[in-house]
Amino acid sequence: MKAILIRDLRLAMRAGGGFGLGLAFFLIVVVLVPFAVGPRADLHSVIASGILWLGALLACLLSLDRIFALDHEDGSLDLLATAPLPLEALVSLKALAHWLTTGLPLVLAAPFLAVLLNLPVAGYAPLLISLALGTPALSVIGTFGAALTVGVKRGGLLMSLLVLPLYVPTLIFGAEAARRGAEGLEYAPPLAMLAGITCGTIALLPFASAAVVRVNLR
Amino acid sequence: MSLSAHNLSVSRGGIAVLEGLNFTLSPGRALILRGPNGSGKTTLLRTLAGLQRPLRGSVTAGAETLVYAGHADGIKSALTAQENLRFWSDIFGGGDVDAAMAAYELEGLADRPAGALSAGQKRRLGLARLIVAKRLVWLLDEPTVSLDTHATGLFAAAVRAHLGAGGAAIMATHIELRLEEAETLDVGPFKARATALDRFDEAFL
Repeated sequence: MKAILIRDLRLAMRAGGGFGLGLAFFLIVVVLVPFAVGPRADLHSVIASGILWLGALLACLLSLDRIFALDHEDGSLDLLATAPLPLEALVSLKALAHWLTTGLPLVLAAPFLAVLLNLPVAGYAPLLISLALGTPALSVIGTFGAALTVGVKRGGLLMSLLVLPLYVPTLIFGAEAARRGAEGLEYAPPLAMLAGITCGTIALLPFASAAVVRVNLR
Repeated sequence: MSLSAHNLSVSRGGIAVLEGLNFTLSPGRALILRGPNGSGKTTLLRTLAGLQRPLRGSVTAGAETLVYAGHADGIKSALTAQENLRFWSDIFGGGDVDAAMAAYELEGLADRPAGALSAGQKRRLGLARLIVAKRLVWLLDEPTVSLDTHATGLFAAAVRAHLGAGGAAIMATHIELRLEEAETLDVGPFKARATALDRFDEAFL
């Protein structure tokens, strides 16, 4: 089981891998927003948590179609489906590898980018906690979307349309926790809901993802 | 008995392509599938591998005894030849990577990125995977594509060694490998007569 994780991480780090793609996109969004909104530091601090969450979500979305598409093209997915590893474990590991190469770097970069958006000091901890709790759900849901479109040529558009509605609850509760934190309010309830969504998706979605991969391989 | 099929019908896109197949593969034996392009050899192999369900009939095989090698070799071009093989060895439970590379004369290419290998070298790497998988039954779909005469000989030797060690193999190939352990199954007579329109939703699944 470790082998597949190590392989995916190694592939992401090598030339042509997806590592850094999401991070670069996140950086671009956050750097460009102040130019678009105008030089109003008071406004930036109001929208900072929402922009950071939205940027992280879209950055996650960007690399989703790589999760299965490359393995399907070169035949690895057929071979992995006949390997002793259960498909449920395979899709979970794929989601974990996606989170480690995309979600985790976004979480770690967020505090630095928050400075550019003038996020109030009280908002840093809730932002970091909500992103750390929420991004795993983004990876797991995204893996499900990628599984649905395995074998569809140029399936990226279809996948984005399928995944975006599923991302809405995570975005609402994640951004709400970060916003309430930045305004100095109690942020535990949205954070609890966010943690619930993440736990639920991690527990249930791998079974759905494995089932659709099985159907798509026929 | 390593693998057997009973009254097996296989379908592609919801349409039956082969029907009424019966065969039993014993340890140490090989079965060579013959038939023109599009006759359903790949579909049969994918069904035997468990990648798709049979339309009718059944496939009996021991748990975790099969390893499948399709048209694509499942090679990551960013990894070296050895890393590719070591990955499959780890996934399938630890076959000897060095021995497998030696069987296909890949030692000199071990540290080369797989993307820089030629088509024939990639195919040799893909076939070496079968050795590290340590499974009893090899399911091979056109294994000798892009192999030269020498490499085809290496492949035949690897199959013979596998059969000699009590393994079995089913392969779809158009090349004469001169395996004395092999029987030939021409899939032509098993071509499905009618299409299975009664379960036509399958085409959408």
